[in-house]
Amino acid sequence: MIDFALLLFLVVCALAAIQMKDLLSAIMLLGSYSFIMAVVWTRLNAVDVAFTEASVGAGITTILLIATLSRTKRREMGQTVPLVNSVIYGVVVMLTSAVLLYGTIDMPLFGDPGAPAYQHVAPRYIEKSYEETGVVNFVTAVLASYRGYDTLGETAVIFGAGMCVILLLRRKI
Amino acid sequence: MFDIAATVITLAAVLVLYRAIKGPRVYDRALAVNIIGTKTVVLLALIGFAYGRPHFLDIALVYALMNYISTLAFLKYREMGRLD
Repeated sequence: MIDFALLLFLVVCALAAIQMKDLLSAIMLLGSYSFIMAVVWTRLNAVDVAFTEASVGAGITTILLIATLSRTKRREMGQTVPLVNSVIYGVVVMLTSAVLLYGTIDMPLFGDPGAPAYQHVAPRYIEKSYEETGVVNFVTAVLASYRGYDTLGETAVIFGAGMCVILLLRRKI
Repeated sequence: MFDIAATVITLAAVLVLYRAIKGPRVYDRALAVNIIGTKTVVLLALIGFAYGRPHFLDIALVYALMNYISTLAFLKYREMGRLD
């Protein structure tokens, strides 16, 4: 019940943000979209994803978009797309979403203990990670020991992205 | 009990969403989005109560801070016309 209400809220928010000609209002609506999305993630018990959604989606993205807006115009240009193009875009989007929906049919149910993710490597991590790495928390063991180089690469990417943002937003001297 | 409370709060958020979409001035929209964020915090606290996980309250506090930051950025942009 509450999930349906939240999802409907998300759809209305997204459509309104697309339709809005005033870009500042569209940014504000996207912020509320992110907040509601974070609640949906929390309902699915994915607290860390919800945390990221709230801080990145509602916090940083809003600020970055407003910073972008302060360098450009606030109003959307009155540009009309030809009807043929919109039909082509619509067909492509419908086809893609049909393929994606078809792909979800084979997925296991939410929280299904027989899902492949809980059968393949998870038991090994749970049983052996302390012996092999000496880290008490096995999520930390996976992130920092088994996939240590992967995490190092991710950190480098995030550092590079942060540097690029600082360079772009730096005040011109 | 949880369902009733959550439904009422979502309904309140939907009412505010009307103002966020319709709102003639951009300040109405900013206020509406701020209120939606507050409703999110309350909803999160409720979910934490229903799941029996009180540490959701800490996350709700962080959400409140995020809400504050984006509103602050909006107001600074409206007043100064720039963020830097």
